[in-house]
Amino acid sequence: MPVDTAVRPVRILVAKVGLDGHDRGVKVVARALRDAGYEVIYTGLRQTPEMVVDAALQEDAQVIGLSIHSGAHMTLFPAVVQELKRRKATDIIVFGGGIIPEDDIAALKKRGVAELFTPGTPLQDIVDWLRKRFPRGGS
Amino acid sequence: MKIRARDPKEVWQEEFDSKPSRDDGIETSTISGIPLKPLYTSADLPKREEEMPGVYPYTRGIHTSGYRGRLWTMRQFSGFATAEETNRRYKYLLANGQTGLSVAFDMPTLMGQDSDAPTSRGEIGHCGVAIDSLADMETLFDGIPLGEITTSMTINSPAAILLCMYIAVAEKQGVPASALGGTLQNDILKEFIAQKEFIFPPEPSMRLVVDSIEYCAKEVPKWNTISISGYHIREAGSTAAQELAFTLADGMAYVDACLERGMRIDDFASRLSFFFDAHIDFFEEVAKFRAARRIWARWMRERYGAQDERSIKLRFHTQTAGVSLTAQQPELNVARTAIEALAAVLGGTQSLHTNAMDEVLALPTDKAARIALRTQQLLAYETGVANTIDPLGGSYFVEALTDEMERQAEVYFKRIEELGGVIPAIEASFFQKEIADAAFRYQQELEQKRRLVVGVNEFTVDDEEPMDILRIDPKLEGEQVARVQAVRRKRDQARCSKALAALGKAAAGSDNLMPYILEAVRAYATEGEIMNTLIEVFGVYTEKAVI
Repeated sequence: MPVDTAVRPVRILVAKVGLDGHDRGVKVVARALRDAGYEVIYTGLRQTPEMVVDAALQEDAQVIGLSIHSGAHMTLFPAVVQELKRRKATDIIVFGGGIIPEDDIAALKKRGVAELFTPGTPLQDIVDWLRKRFPRGGS
Repeated sequence: MKIRARDPKEVWQEEFDSKPSRDDGIETSTISGIPLKPLYTSADLPKREEEMPGVYPYTRGIHTSGYRGRLWTMRQFSGFATAEETNRRYKYLLANGQTGLSVAFDMPTLMGQDSDAPTSRGEIGHCGVAIDSLADMETLFDGIPLGEITTSMTINSPAAILLCMYIAVAEKQGVPASALGGTLQNDILKEFIAQKEFIFPPEPSMRLVVDSIEYCAKEVPKWNTISISGYHIREAGSTAAQELAFTLADGMAYVDACLERGMRIDDFASRLSFFFDAHIDFFEEVAKFRAARRIWARWMRERYGAQDERSIKLRFHTQTAGVSLTAQQPELNVARTAIEALAAVLGGTQSLHTNAMDEVLALPTDKAARIALRTQQLLAYETGVANTIDPLGGSYFVEALTDEMERQAEVYFKRIEELGGVIPAIEASFFQKEIADAAFRYQQELEQKRRLVVGVNEFTVDDEEPMDILRIDPKLEGEQVARVQAVRRKRDQARCSKALAALGKAAAGSDNLMPYILEAVRAYATEGEIMNTLIEVFGVYTEKAVI
């Protein structure tokens, strides 16, 4: 379903942070978001928080989607949020996915990650969440 | 009057066609999409001479006596936090009847970097045990006699370094390398294809693999030098046939590389081993294992002219499918794992890892790890399934599906050959695209409820009880960083620097690098230092990111 927007689609940067190479999830999500009408840029593997924010600014993305399966989410997700603050780009929304235990989800939300999606999440839930955040596309 | 008896197959077909079928919209093909008939009969049985276990092409197993002679090795993959904590877990598992060790390393170790590298932050000890130098390896195997157990090490880009560390620990225990038994994963091709833990470009990566195979053939003859892995290919989303085909194609690429080095096929082929996934589609998996043995045997004998029976027999380890586990109602994972383990056993695996129910959430707790091991013991000793060799052999369905797997694999071998071989196919993103397509197709089937995962897209509950999970103490990170820095302070720096310089020089030439790496390891050069020495010569690989 295309996003209902007259101006321009939302641009989403999806990134694999951390050292693991498990890119099945990030690729499936990236394709689903693209099919839903979003503009998706995939950074590839092993991006540091600095690289992610650089790419988001360069690509003029409104959203950053982070994926990780190595267990380093408590370090790296907040580091991306911090880097956005440092670069005065807090209007960019950060969400994440991967193997993230329940307790960590609450802690990450407190530290500025807007939403987290764990294994088994229907792709439609991610799309619905984005639609709610950007009801009028990326204008 | 003579009444001609009707063919019972025809009679059944008529009856079947006249009955309504379920209309719940659930796929009746295998999880990989192979269409299945509702019934298989003698008409589906391939016409061929009867196959026997222990006899070429080994479809029914590589051993004449199956599990009557020897059960499979119960080898639980484990490692977390520090070498000291993992050493305790190993002793616990061995005391509980586990018969071999299998080391899981943390991400920095897998990526060849030390714990005090900036990008190791947050990763130390999470996915496995942190090993920075020989000192950590000494702690990991403290009190475990390396001459009496076998150890599997899941490591790829830095595989040669970790093997050298193991050899060096054994030296200190007074155990010669020639007495060591175990397996090194050392399968770099599937890293480029699926798991993506590559560091060097393909060519120098292949050189290191061949160096270790060549070295072990002489010095560590009982060691399985490589575990050619379909597991990660499958977990990344491939179908069963893709797992089978890509893995065996990788195997042949290693054989080609060793032959090119000048080795003789029977000098190394018997130490090549394989590693497959046991997914949830039971019969498809059994067929896959049976087909793998038959294809490998045929290629080794007919294409490569192997004479030694051991070069022709495909031996494999199996792990149940991590990707089939669900974070929702995780106790159900015990049932999933048991069914997958049964497929591995009926497929004739040589060793097996059963996943713990909580592995979808974190590394397993002691209790979950024990239940996983007990599942194998239950299969081996309670169910009676190990009493008969290849009990599904001769089944109309399983034989037909085995042939279908083989047919699909051969189609892929042709396509890979047309692309110029495995490495050119990697560089053209062929495997990566095939796998991503299959993963996306499966995900869509789930979204459309054409396939159900219990507890995930059907039969869900609203209030999930939280499960106790293993937490890695964040203090550990600082401690491991301090440990590696202490190693650097205390070692004989002159010996270490000399060893690293010699390694760098050798890397630029064409010597086998194993003796140089072993000397650097003995001198307590850290893993990161050894890798960086090699990176200076070999460079690093960056992947074209395809969605």
